[in-house]
Amino acid sequence: MDYATLLQLLDTTLRLATPLLFACLAGLYSERAGIFDIGLEGKMLMAAMASASVAFLTGSVWVGMFAGMAASLVLAGIHGVASITFRGNQLISGVALNFVASGITVLIAQRLFGQGGRTPPLAGDARFEAITLPLAEELRGVPVLGPLYAEVISGHPLLVYVALLMVPLTWWVLYRTRFGLRLRAVGENPAAVDTAGISVVGLRFAAVAITGILCGLAGAYMATALQAGFGREMTAGRGYIALAALIFAKWRPVAALWACLLFGFFQALALRPDVVEAVVQVKVPVPFLDALPYVLTVLVLAGFVGKAIPPRAGGEPYVKER
Amino acid sequence: MTLMKHFLGAAATLALTAGAVAAEPAIIFDLGGKFDKSFNEAAFNGAERWAQETGGTYKELEMQDEAQREQALRRLAEAGSNPVVMTGFAFGDVLAKVAPDFPDTKFAIVDMVVEQPNVKSVVFNEHEGSYLVGMMAGLASKTGTVGFIGGMDIPLIRKFGCGYAQGVKAVNPDATVVLNMTGTTPAAWNDPVKGAELAKGQKAQGADVIYAAAGGTGVGVLQAAADEGILSIGVDSNQNYMHPGSVLTSMLKRVDNAVYEAFKEGEALTPGINVMGLANDGVGYAMDENNASLVTAEMQAAVDAAAEKIKSGEIVVHDYMSDNTCPAATF
Repeated sequence: MDYATLLQLLDTTLRLATPLLFACLAGLYSERAGIFDIGLEGKMLMAAMASASVAFLTGSVWVGMFAGMAASLVLAGIHGVASITFRGNQLISGVALNFVASGITVLIAQRLFGQGGRTPPLAGDARFEAITLPLAEELRGVPVLGPLYAEVISGHPLLVYVALLMVPLTWWVLYRTRFGLRLRAVGENPAAVDTAGISVVGLRFAAVAITGILCGLAGAYMATALQAGFGREMTAGRGYIALAALIFAKWRPVAALWACLLFGFFQALALRPDVVEAVVQVKVPVPFLDALPYVLTVLVLAGFVGKAIPPRAGGEPYVKER
Repeated sequence: MTLMKHFLGAAATLALTAGAVAAEPAIIFDLGGKFDKSFNEAAFNGAERWAQETGGTYKELEMQDEAQREQALRRLAEAGSNPVVMTGFAFGDVLAKVAPDFPDTKFAIVDMVVEQPNVKSVVFNEHEGSYLVGMMAGLASKTGTVGFIGGMDIPLIRKFGCGYAQGVKAVNPDATVVLNMTGTTPAAWNDPVKGAELAKGQKAQGADVIYAAAGGTGVGVLQAAADEGILSIGVDSNQNYMHPGSVLTSMLKRVDNAVYEAFKEGEALTPGINVMGLANDGVGYAMDENNASLVTAEMQAAVDAAAEKIKSGEIVVHDYMSDNTCPAATF
């Protein structure tokens, strides 16, 4: 494998890791606050449909992006009401929302455009175009690092950089702000937070809302940057892979970045069986490469690669008085 | 409860009698969906053409998942639809099981041979059409590397890829053909994101013409090719209009004709195997104003000459499905 091929693989990795990263961080906020969210997939799907439809109708990708966030927020709100206010089972609520999203996205898109649940292809301003970072061409001549900067780091749509910036931002919010401390506390011991006179319900709703916004960005990225339009089930299980990445990262933001990049790298590898064959000298079946992220996650859960301990109050509705 | 029973009974009788009187044809689309801009959409266009010409109506069903196949077939047959047309090889096993239960209903299946006395099997010589677009790809490529992206990895799709590779090698024996399959499950027919990434990967390997035989996944391939400034080749329907100036041509597979003919024959559908090839306009390549600037007169002349030779039997394009090997490519 030569350097150019490696760069191309890394370029694909970054593109494919971005929706995972958004969704993974989304799940991180929610789960750190004690609300498990299986519904990342559904929220992404909803956002993808809304952003592509609105971007097509208005011709502006920005309006589309906010519409995607709003649609995702609606689902997040339902999940919040079901699991926080009414203390329902969080897993069931999430699964239900996934099913709802899977059906309603196609229904709405079909009603709007009549193209079999697909939105018409987006072009021009209705889509996030790739950005060339400053000095990318000038630095291309620098050995090793120049091509890396020009090929891999530069030349992505804006949302890729937003996703990357979300990682330090999330770290800062979680570990360096009062809100972050409380958020983590409410996921570990909500009674203590309540005793301190802070609203458990308010904090959890805030976390679920952040989840909605981030899933909205993930969906908008998929429909308006990675692809040019929405298609049925276009998220293709990425919400679940993001959950796996979250466990793999043990609910920590910086580790989440590496986990998503690793899973993105596996996805990129699965697209290039010729490269894999050239490196390991054996013909590796593509489905095996596809399965690798899940195998790794199982290994982590089984305790082979360190121990993954979820937030202690995760999945349990908070009851003030018994 | 008794009241309910009466209602249900009445409804059932009504449905049965209605079916017996109308005997309208029905079509079932496979998982790619009616509007996949490709295979199933061609079938839909054929059905629509029949409806417009005859003023008749037809029933239609879109598959949502694998488990529905048998249920859908039985439901349409029980409701009195005749003939029942289905698109896609995946119906083969199910139809072989269902057809004997409805001896008075005629079935037609596209892309698969089911040997039952009441089934018409329509198969296409996709390798011949793919050979022609492969020649075009070989002539249009500047890098000497061309790509092929298949949908689900099944012999039928390898047949497309094999014919394509033979066509490419016929005009440029030194050419490299990069072959990728999207997946091994029916979801591979509808994964434009992966299709786009595969296309970008093939471009990185030097490919500058990419042929997508992947149903809805092809939408992503064509999009990525347009984004990357390289050429693509559509499949089944004429997809030249999707990205004018970027889609070199489309391999036409006249599923619309197959469906139209089946509907027209109606209950008098002749069972048996119907092979649609170049000779009877079952396959071909698409030329229109959207790709006129991409195809030179020499290219078209070369391809047309080859088409004549295939029709006359002078050129024999190897059919992958005949022996599961391909002389021009390895899968």
